[in-house]
Amino acid sequence: MKITNEMKLTLLSRSVNESLARTVVAAFAAQLDPTLDELGDLKTAVSEAVTNCIVHAYPNGLGRVLITAKIYDGDIIEIIVRDTGCGIPDVEQARQTLFTTGGAERSGMGFTIMDSFMDSLKVRSTVGKGTTVTMRKRLNARYRSAPR
Amino acid sequence: MKLSYTKSSDALTVKIAGEIDHHTAQSLLASLSALLDTQHPLSIILDFSGVGFMDSSGIAVILNCSRRMKELGGRLEIVSVSSQARRVFSTVGLDKLMRISYGGTYEDNK
Ligand SMILES: Nc1ncnc2c1ncn2[C@@H]1O[C@H](COP(=O)(O)OP(=O)(O)O)[C@@H](O)[C@H]1O
Ligand SMILES: [Mg+2]
Repeated sequence: MKITNEMKLTLLSRSVNESLARTVVAAFAAQLDPTLDELGDLKTAVSEAVTNCIVHAYPNGLGRVLITAKIYDGDIIEIIVRDTGCGIPDVEQARQTLFTTGGAERSGMGFTIMDSFMDSLKVRSTVGKGTTVTMRKRLNARYRSAPR
Repeated sequence: MKLSYTKSSDALTVKIAGEIDHHTAQSLLASLSALLDTQHPLSIILDFSGVGFMDSSGIAVILNCSRRMKELGGRLEIVSVSSQARRVFSTVGLDKLMRISYGGTYEDNK
């Protein structure tokens, strides 16, 4: 697959940046002429991934959240959200619906939402080194569902 | 995040305006809890027409609020939900646990 465009954004892990992150990715994705539902799906998945870096990755302070978005062949968007925080000891367990280490203010639904709102979700993590979440979605439902 | 409310004989309608994420969830929960404590409503209706975005942090707020309403013997209902928030509600199955309306029609899946 050929990359046709790319952007990078680095943010401090402050919660005020959650809306900035999803808004920037949505603005980048706009060149693919997505439907409103597709944009909503991207914003939601980005919000979940970035919130996880902010809430879970840096329990003792602030760190960096690195967001990369790439467009492949004109209709696939790949979003990579990376932190250099504490890492996840058991990724398979973390991805289970309702699993959370965050207590009552978390729902344990973040990975479930990323999973169902995007076409693919890959989570790589090393304890003490950090976590990388890679998500892909093919856009342009409006053209695919149009009569040929 | 802005809240405004109107009270009828038994229902408290709370209109929420803004985006609900982890950044705004804590103050939203605090405001809703304060309303429950002072107004003692039999039922609460959350008007989502001004909610432009909600992620799973909002789910935790809604579940918390719904639990408190159950303890008080009342119920919670959500109206005027956008397409984006609706997809979040249905992905986590909340539309099966409470009345959530979208586009003016109720979808009671209980
Ligand atoms: N970037 C991350 N760094 C460290 N731990 C993480 C990260 N992302 C997710 N986790 C772990 O995975 C669990 C599940 O994440 P998620 O499904 O988003 O639910 P929630 O955020 O509500 O806890 C979290 O509670 C946390 O333990
Ligand atoms: Mg999460």
